[in-house]
Amino acid sequence: MSPAEQAHGDLKLSGLHKRYPNGFTAVKSLDLVIPQGSFFALLGPSGCGKTTTLRMVAGLETPTAGTIEIGANDITHEKPYKRPVNTVFQNYALFPHLTIAENVEFGPKRRGVKDTRSQVKEILELTELTEQAAKKPAQLSGGQQQRVALARALINRPEVLLLDEPLGALDLKLRRAMQMELKRIQEEVGLTFVHVTHDQEEAMTMADTVAVMNEGRIEQLGTPYDLYTNPRTTFVANFLGRSNLVKGTVLGREGSGDDEVVKVDMHGTVVSIKAGRVHTDSSEGWIGIRPEKVLIQPAGTPVDAPGGYFAGAVVTEASYMGTSTEYRLRMPWGQELICFEQNTGRRGGLVPVGTQVDVSWRPEFAFLLDSSQDAEAGLEED
Amino acid sequence: MASLQRVFGKNAAYLLIGPAAIWLALFFLFPMLSLLTTSLSDPAGNPITGYDLTWRIQNYLEALGDYWPYLLRSLLYAGIATVLCLVLGYVLAYAIAFKAGRWKTVMLVLVIAPFFTSFLVRTLSWKLILADNGWLVETLKALWILPEDGRLLATPIAVVAGLTYNFLPFMILPLYTSLEKIDPKLNEAAADLYASPFQRFAKVIWPLSLPGVVGGTLLTFIPATGDYINAELLGSPNTQMVGNKIQALFTTASDYPHASALSVILMVMIVAMVLYYVRKAGTEDLL
Ligand SMILES: Nc1ncnc2c1ncn2[C@@H]1O[C@H](COP(=O)(O)OP(=O)(O)O)[C@@H](O)[C@H]1O
Ligand SMILES: [Mg+2]
Repeated sequence: MSPAEQAHGDLKLSGLHKRYPNGFTAVKSLDLVIPQGSFFALLGPSGCGKTTTLRMVAGLETPTAGTIEIGANDITHEKPYKRPVNTVFQNYALFPHLTIAENVEFGPKRRGVKDTRSQVKEILELTELTEQAAKKPAQLSGGQQQRVALARALINRPEVLLLDEPLGALDLKLRRAMQMELKRIQEEVGLTFVHVTHDQEEAMTMADTVAVMNEGRIEQLGTPYDLYTNPRTTFVANFLGRSNLVKGTVLGREGSGDDEVVKVDMHGTVVSIKAGRVHTDSSEGWIGIRPEKVLIQPAGTPVDAPGGYFAGAVVTEASYMGTSTEYRLRMPWGQELICFEQNTGRRGGLVPVGTQVDVSWRPEFAFLLDSSQDAEAGLEED
Repeated sequence: MASLQRVFGKNAAYLLIGPAAIWLALFFLFPMLSLLTTSLSDPAGNPITGYDLTWRIQNYLEALGDYWPYLLRSLLYAGIATVLCLVLGYVLAYAIAFKAGRWKTVMLVLVIAPFFTSFLVRTLSWKLILADNGWLVETLKALWILPEDGRLLATPIAVVAGLTYNFLPFMILPLYTSLEKIDPKLNEAAADLYASPFQRFAKVIWPLSLPGVVGGTLLTFIPATGDYINAELLGSPNTQMVGNKIQALFTTASDYPHASALSVILMVMIVAMVLYYVRKAGTEDLL
């Protein structure tokens, strides 16, 4: 065994940079520590450099600069077949001439394991493929092929398992089922999983930690809860769920410690934003609030939130979606805000289009982003 | 046939198959039968007056007894040429399929470019290349690779070299087609699964290219075994192949029955070897 195969510990990318021969820079000085045993998601739109990052970790692409370490071992220049890393490829890349069992035992065989039978049996059971062992990949359904790709990588018990959009080719229902399945398997084997996806819901439901990637850089890293409730950039605010972003002018700070707030003037109304949720130093900013945090009440009836409220909004659109309703509200300053409201039955119906409403939210849910950022960043163009 | 009938109706189906069936009957089945009957006829006749069909099996025994060295030589030369074609062709086809990038098309055109000139002319120019006072022989002598009185022309080396050269494209094209279909991701997957470069070739690339290997070796070996131009132009009486003998029996000796018998023997031998080979390679679905 080479030293790299004994490498053990966190996966650490330092200043990882990739410039393709055609001059395109796909990954820009990436710094990332992925703790051993964690389920880590790399989330970003198509073309942001996710696959390139994984390929560098797997050794299939040479970094232009930077290092890749596992524990104390630098594997930056290790050959792919000597790294304790395995990949579940985007389109599986199963060997078409080998049976499922042969595909699965490919790794152990190359590493000189003499008797692979018990290992193969165990991993086929884990991935529920026992019945398919003697078939060829072409005879399996997409979901089964996906599990073969997983079994083929997992059997090697790599330090790090790389999954490149492993569920991308499956239909929605199967994808949801496989998400649970993958999560269960990861918990069972306890290996480090680096899961690449462009599906924010997938990243959030599966991963312990999510890194949001955009144009070759990590925009923000954290737990799904942190990222969603306290995004640092407009890109994250829009790419992970949806956000209302309203221009505001910073007035100043008040209080200290946990109670410190930044006062912002929003079209004539002063709102307070907790200092820990303020991500700009400039005098202007985007006040962000998630649509489901926006509360509305027909004008004249009391609003269920502390503090002030904005009067003079009008409902311009109401889309009923069963469990919730999406309202579009025209604010007095002309901007449209989105509001998701759970259909608890409290209202006994929808708020009709054209109704004058008061708008409010709990101040602790708002966040403040840098005004130099594009308010449309991260929105899907469609 | 059944599906053709479904699409075109009964009569139209016969009409569509008709031309090809007539063609095959006229130019394959009929000559084949003629060859078989001639091979069993009395050699006492001559091509003008014809031969009597006397079911003379001895023709076969005599052909085999007299000409077995030619058969053996054919198989040997064609076999060596096929192996050489496979080695040279595989490297080139691999390079075209995976490494050529935007030069792919140019390289493929270059592979078939020799077909733009006649087979005969190309073989004749090999005669010049291998000539006793040509630059190649001179150079080899200067390098002490060839002895002072050594020669290339009229040796088995020349015949095998000619065969290899002439049939190389027939090896490269099927190999290329097979290799080109292999997803490069499979190679990466194998690398990711601890396979060294050699293991990647042995366990993934080679098995997946087998259809091309089988196709290429058949397209090379079969015509090379029956070839007589290379032995005729580049060889000597000592390097004659079975094709030369069959040709001589038909033309100079006018011994049609023995020539036919030798042809049939060659054919049966090749069919038997191909069947065995294809079964061995596990690629029956190619046939
Ligand atoms: N071999 C390559 N040569 C040049 N550019 C490439 C190459 N591979 C990928 N790219 C470019 O790099 C960017 C990132 O690609 P990729 O890492 O595959 O993104 P993702 O997986 O996030 O969709 C894309 O714009 C892509 O066009
Ligand atoms: Mg990708």
